[in-house]
Amino acid sequence: MEWTRLTVHDAHKKLVEKSFSSLELTQSLYQWIKKVDCKVGAYLTLTEEKAYEQAQRADERIAKGEGVDELTGIPIALKDILCTKSAETTCASKILEHFRPPYDATVVRSLRDRGAVFLGKVNMDEFAMGSSTENSGFGITRNPWDFSRIPGGSSGGSAAAVAADECIASLGSDTGGSVRQPAACCGVVGMKPTYGRVSRFGLVAFASSLDQIGPITKDVTDCALLMNAINGHDPNDSTSVDVEVPNYKRSLVNDVRGMRLGIPKEYFVEGMDRDVERAVWEAIKLLEKGGASIKEVSLPHTEYAVATYYIICTAEASSNLARYDGVKYGHRAGGYDGLIDMYAKTRAEGFGPEVKRRVMLGTYVLSAGYYDAYYRKAQQVRTLIKGDFDRAFEEYDALITPTSPTPAFLIGEKVKDPLQMYLSDIFTIPVNLAGIPAISIPCGFSCEGLPIGLQIIGKHFDEEKILRVAYTYEQRTDWHLKRPQLG
Amino acid sequence: MKIGVKDVEYVARLARLTLSDEEKNEFALQLNDILTYMDKLNELDTRDVEATSHVIPVKNVLRPDEARQSLSPETSLGNAPEREKGFYKVPRIIE
Repeated sequence: MEWTRLTVHDAHKKLVEKSFSSLELTQSLYQWIKKVDCKVGAYLTLTEEKAYEQAQRADERIAKGEGVDELTGIPIALKDILCTKSAETTCASKILEHFRPPYDATVVRSLRDRGAVFLGKVNMDEFAMGSSTENSGFGITRNPWDFSRIPGGSSGGSAAAVAADECIASLGSDTGGSVRQPAACCGVVGMKPTYGRVSRFGLVAFASSLDQIGPITKDVTDCALLMNAINGHDPNDSTSVDVEVPNYKRSLVNDVRGMRLGIPKEYFVEGMDRDVERAVWEAIKLLEKGGASIKEVSLPHTEYAVATYYIICTAEASSNLARYDGVKYGHRAGGYDGLIDMYAKTRAEGFGPEVKRRVMLGTYVLSAGYYDAYYRKAQQVRTLIKGDFDRAFEEYDALITPTSPTPAFLIGEKVKDPLQMYLSDIFTIPVNLAGIPAISIPCGFSCEGLPIGLQIIGKHFDEEKILRVAYTYEQRTDWHLKRPQLG
Repeated sequence: MKIGVKDVEYVARLARLTLSDEEKNEFALQLNDILTYMDKLNELDTRDVEATSHVIPVKNVLRPDEARQSLSPETSLGNAPEREKGFYKVPRIIE
């Protein structure tokens, strides 16, 4: 087996058995990246020299047997929204081109302390705004299963890099589905933890009440290992919650007997892709056969989630992105006439079309006379959407839905119609509005050979149950072992 | 039309964005579509519904006011597009 294809847990085993060194593993990954990334386009920045140093230090730790963690010596790709002291952090935006953060994000620090190796920074939609990675300021990423298709977004670089074996695992961020939807499109595992579970310190802010960092991995076990590394309270993020941190490895139990699983009827709508519907129902039947009880449930406010989300996230974004003014960091325009003109020209040159559109929309819904009609209304509907889930979780341990209504769409298919693009997140957005955790795992392929994702949703701080359902399903299927033909 | 080119110009001024004529026309059409879609929320009666700004209870987090190591001026200014004598340099603010 090629080393690049290994999971975190397999690679860890080989590293401690000394079948190969972290340096050798890292070298083989760079060789593969150089062979295939010209086609995939997952990476924005490679940090090869630093990665070799990190790998050598990890090998020393392993040789001494001191401070060895499951992530020691494991090559990882980071979404370019995570601040790294060692590499530029651009958020795939021209306005942050060449920006080098003076500190590491807390999750980066945690991985660094465990001896992980950082291969580089991967592509995304600019400021995480998008569902296809086509909004990157530095070029598109292609789906490794079909180069004419999008890898999903906004963490499209992360999901494509994992699917194409251009890293062992990756971290992304999820504001409205940006970890789960690309994971589904690329046939890999992606989890959005409960809001407050993982520190957002050093995650470049898009919509602060929705953003959450999550792992994108080759299987559910790796997801649990990365969750162990990144979750926990952080004094640097006042919204990170000080609750007990579980060992997620204990959730890797192949048994769903007695679990109550709800199937929200609003997620199986007319006109949905037939292959997606078939694959998800087959998965539900498998879990039922495994001893889970299955019942239909209603989340009546689901149809209002997309409108609610695009008011709240654009409002928060318009405020968060006010900081890009050409003063403290990033791009500054030339040929301006005074301070205000410098701001406006800098932002016009630095932001791409989708970011401008969202800043405009967010500014509009917050502007005098519209605040109550849009922003306040959306916050109220958010309460109703959260209430739907709260009621469902009184009766159910987890909810099962498709991750996305269709498999990966074609590059360019939705670029000219932002509203259609927004609707591709219809099944992932409600989870962010409610602040609850959810995971996407591979559950089959369309007749065209494109991966399909199964979403498992849990209640606040109950990542353990959704990991258990996901692990059980994964142990009884082999979708997660399939790989695209590359090179 | 919920939003015309004049509204787009007003909002762009608030958002500190210089837009081309082409962008103004395109945004007017697109924002109109999106805002019309958002009217969907008016189907719901939310008179007695509380607004959710955060899904978890958010409270003020305080710490003792102790001196700590902070970034050096050199590091803080390291990414500035223009700097002078330890300050960020901006165009004249007061005429």
